[in-house]
Amino acid sequence: MEAFIEEFGLIWGGFLATISLASVSGALALIWGTLLAAFRVSPIGPLRTFGTVYVEIVRNTPLTLMFFFWVFVVPSLGFIPTLGFQTAVISLSLYTSAFVCEALRSGVNSVGVGQAEAARSIGLGFGQTLTQVVLPQAWRTSIPPLISVLIALVKNTSVAAGFAFAEMVAISKRLTNLHPSDALFIFVGIGVMYLLITIPLGILASRVERRVAFAR
Amino acid sequence: MSEAAILYDIPGPRAKRRDRALTAIFTFVFVAVIAYFVYALYKRGVFDDRWSVLTDPPKSQTVADVWGSLFRGIRATLSAAIVAAPAALVIGIVLSTLRRGMRYRAARGSMVVITELARGLPVLLLMFFARFFLGWEPFWSVVFGLVVYNGAVVAEIVRAGLAALPRGQREAGLSIGLSTMRTTRLVELPQAIRVMLPALVSQLVVLLKDSSLGYIVSYEELLRIMKTNRDFFGDRYMIPLFVVGASIYIAINILVSRLAIFTERRLRRSTQAPRSPGEGAVGVAGLAASARTDPAGDGQT
Repeated sequence: MEAFIEEFGLIWGGFLATISLASVSGALALIWGTLLAAFRVSPIGPLRTFGTVYVEIVRNTPLTLMFFFWVFVVPSLGFIPTLGFQTAVISLSLYTSAFVCEALRSGVNSVGVGQAEAARSIGLGFGQTLTQVVLPQAWRTSIPPLISVLIALVKNTSVAAGFAFAEMVAISKRLTNLHPSDALFIFVGIGVMYLLITIPLGILASRVERRVAFAR
Repeated sequence: MSEAAILYDIPGPRAKRRDRALTAIFTFVFVAVIAYFVYALYKRGVFDDRWSVLTDPPKSQTVADVWGSLFRGIRATLSAAIVAAPAALVIGIVLSTLRRGMRYRAARGSMVVITELARGLPVLLLMFFARFFLGWEPFWSVVFGLVVYNGAVVAEIVRAGLAALPRGQREAGLSIGLSTMRTTRLVELPQAIRVMLPALVSQLVVLLKDSSLGYIVSYEELLRIMKTNRDFFGDRYMIPLFVVGASIYIAINILVSRLAIFTERRLRRSTQAPRSPGEGAVGVAGLAASARTDPAGDGQT
């Protein structure tokens, strides 16, 4: 117990590292994932193919393999991203964007056909139909699965512990080495800090879900 | 593309011409980008003799040594998954059955707490807990992490399936005098598992993918073996080794994903076929669709 309190500065640093890693890669994944979703529903064949292939490959790749790629494979080609935060952000956002894309696409599928037909019948083109009519509605239904994706992202930041980034799980290992007798408290404490992020997000997701269900 | 069909009309002559032009432009752009990448890789010597590590490895190693080690890696990855998957399934089913079937609110509540706690923690933290606090072997640490996390996710999937069943099923069970537990176990559970089978199979992909976290707790699985080989042969040989390892991972996972899609299709066909007038057949087909949209299995790590 004492070790947890004594070392709280270190743990707090890890907590902030986890949060900043999750928010930076979350933002990037949202942007790239939205673009991918637009690719996958677009009328242009090559863009659709690109979106499908990307999502199919990334979804079936373990995140550890993605990290491995950016930490060991890419540097052997001469391009060296800074180890730690930068590689973690690249890997996490490329990985998460595939799941963002699928969440959004399921939202697009849930929008009634009549909406798009109405938009077309008043003369809107593909881009206008998508941005003015379909996407604003797709967003709403996509929010609960998107929050699930973000929860998974928060937990996934822990993989960075294996690739030289000192977030919470890496800190837990360091601290249990320093204070073996307090290992249980350290693990429980760090677990609680994860739950402090993931459980409220989960509650938020189910609230939004209930609201959207009423509105439809 | 069913989802695409709602977004744009059947194209007329002008739209067709425009689409064809855009298709040509983007195909050209993609081909150019790929060509550039290949050229850049060539410039960096990716296509030189380094691929010999797969056919005629240096440092007086034989082909059998390299491929043998890779196969050992695959076996280790798969064996962790094969031990963990049934255990997670059993734990998940037991948790969700208890949660639905137990008569006392407090007992049900504790099942909810256990599921939510295990689901909200990173798998890697669970593995570290087993490795560094309990002091387990790497293999069992990996299995521990996979079982605890996926057990909770399976519980959540089965719960969604149970919740989506028509009420009449439970009422029927209770009215012939079965206890709540027996109603859940004998009447509701078989239907819920059947309906959620595709979701359960896709969870298997997540479990397989997460077994690669064994790399971080120094379990000798495929990724760790790739690293060991690279450390032995040198950085130059990273790319061939990675291409082989990554292809194996992706191929296995795509295969299991396909299995999930196949079960889903199979299920939809078999539940739609008989269409008895009662609530049963129609209900199950409908709820198979509705339950699957539940974000319970968030489909990733």
